[in-house]
Amino acid sequence: MAIDRRDFLKIAASTALFSLPMLSKAATQAKGRVVVIGGGYAGATAAKYLRTWSNGGLDVIVVEPRSQFVSCPLSNLVLGGNKDINDLTFGYDLLKSNHGIQWVNDEVVAIDAASRVVKIKQGEITYDRLVIAPGIDFMFEQLPMLQSPEAQAVVPHAWKAGAQTVNLRKQLESMKDGGVFVMSIPKASYRCPPGPYERVCQVAFYFKNYKPHSKIIVLDANAEIISKKGLFTKAWAEMYAGMIDYRPNSSVVDVDVATKMVKTEFETVQANVLNVIPPQRSGKIAQIVGAANVDKRWCEVDFLTYESKVVPNVHIIGDAVSAALPKSAHMATSQARVCANAIVALMSDQAHDTSPVFANTCYSYVSDKMAMHVANVYRYDANKKMMVPAEGGGVSDKPSELEGNYAQAWAKNIWSDVLT
Amino acid sequence: MIKKTHKSLLVSVGFFVFSLNAYADAYSNKSIATTPHIQTLAASCGACHGSQGNSVGGSSVLAGLDASHFVLQMMAFRNGSRSATVMQRHAKGLTVEEINDLAIYFAQQKRVTALIPPNQRLAE
Repeated sequence: MAIDRRDFLKIAASTALFSLPMLSKAATQAKGRVVVIGGGYAGATAAKYLRTWSNGGLDVIVVEPRSQFVSCPLSNLVLGGNKDINDLTFGYDLLKSNHGIQWVNDEVVAIDAASRVVKIKQGEITYDRLVIAPGIDFMFEQLPMLQSPEAQAVVPHAWKAGAQTVNLRKQLESMKDGGVFVMSIPKASYRCPPGPYERVCQVAFYFKNYKPHSKIIVLDANAEIISKKGLFTKAWAEMYAGMIDYRPNSSVVDVDVATKMVKTEFETVQANVLNVIPPQRSGKIAQIVGAANVDKRWCEVDFLTYESKVVPNVHIIGDAVSAALPKSAHMATSQARVCANAIVALMSDQAHDTSPVFANTCYSYVSDKMAMHVANVYRYDANKKMMVPAEGGGVSDKPSELEGNYAQAWAKNIWSDVLT
Repeated sequence: MIKKTHKSLLVSVGFFVFSLNAYADAYSNKSIATTPHIQTLAASCGACHGSQGNSVGGSSVLAGLDASHFVLQMMAFRNGSRSATVMQRHAKGLTVEEINDLAIYFAQQKRVTALIPPNQRLAE
């Protein structure tokens, strides 16, 4: 008798109980301790799902120096005057209490990978497996004049959300109408490919409404806009005509912090407000443990488990991972879950998933209300041994308020998932 | 005590272990047909649709959604008969089998009021 899809689903749902023997290897409880360094999108997600998917069998300890979670996604809207930094700031209480995650508010100073010990300022924590989600660090050796906190207060990067974001917004507020905002973008790869171009939109939106004689100069080290290029180009031309001077192939080689003059290989540019986004590499902890083996910048991992190819029992997730994948928050959360499931499997002597699949959606706001996306499903390619985009992915036809609403839903739901 | 007995009963007949304590019920939402593969895939839908498909709002709630309805909508996104801004990309990137598996997974998730983490004043 022919069964159509509806019937198949009904039968499958009701007989799932009896198809279990194939799935029932899960009878062994995962036990042991996993330490997670970093409480950002990747680390917080890993901690939560390690607890959830091990049914509480795994002890999870997070080491995070900051007492609050501040979202980088949407932080450009603070610059545009369209969000307050407090809208993006959360505590970790619900995450800790809902999932029984042990939390250490401290900084990692060293890792003894051979003995499996994490050394923090207050003492030591042993681990069975270690997850490092350190985010990014800046390569100040290329721009040593920006190394000090004092210099970064004058020339902010605002590429780690929080005080830096507020600082840059305040500088824009203080700038006189007719002034020049100069922003530099490092060569790919860096955290959040469309982020700098979204920032240009947000500052342009603010200028258009409040300081219409002001100008924006974009010094992009890349040869062209590297994400949502057609959409950003059109938005700049149509919504902010005459305001944005985009200069590709312009790497910053020197910065005079006191005068806010910036030099590229070809020219010197004077800014009233200067935002230098420095070149990046994986966060300090990944460097310390010796996992950053790709150009000494990013970490090579097994894309089925996120275990470091260099340091055993150490898993790296989030922006620090070397991948052809965009360094995005959504990507970080998906990597964290593949990693969490793999660790649960490894610590309960089960086979881990050999063909992970996940989706990625990334929104950029071109104004206060209008946004556009790039979205893709990614699946593991057994030949290339990495995640590759599946078919059907792409970008919006155009920015819209509808997508602006969807972007808000993305933010609220991902914060709900990561932080509760 | 009842929980422990129930647990060992499930284990001894080779069934997938249910988390029976309150925290796990609320947050692991484990279903019988869940595999780590589908868990991971379904969880990536959570960025827009909330944990286990319990959206806080602004996107459809997938938790407890009728499975055949889910399949019909995803196939409609896939072939363009339902217009969308972004869902057609996800529907096209998934296989039909994955769409079916996700339908079953989400249908079995408990519908709960999603938690919204409260904002704080930046302390830095």
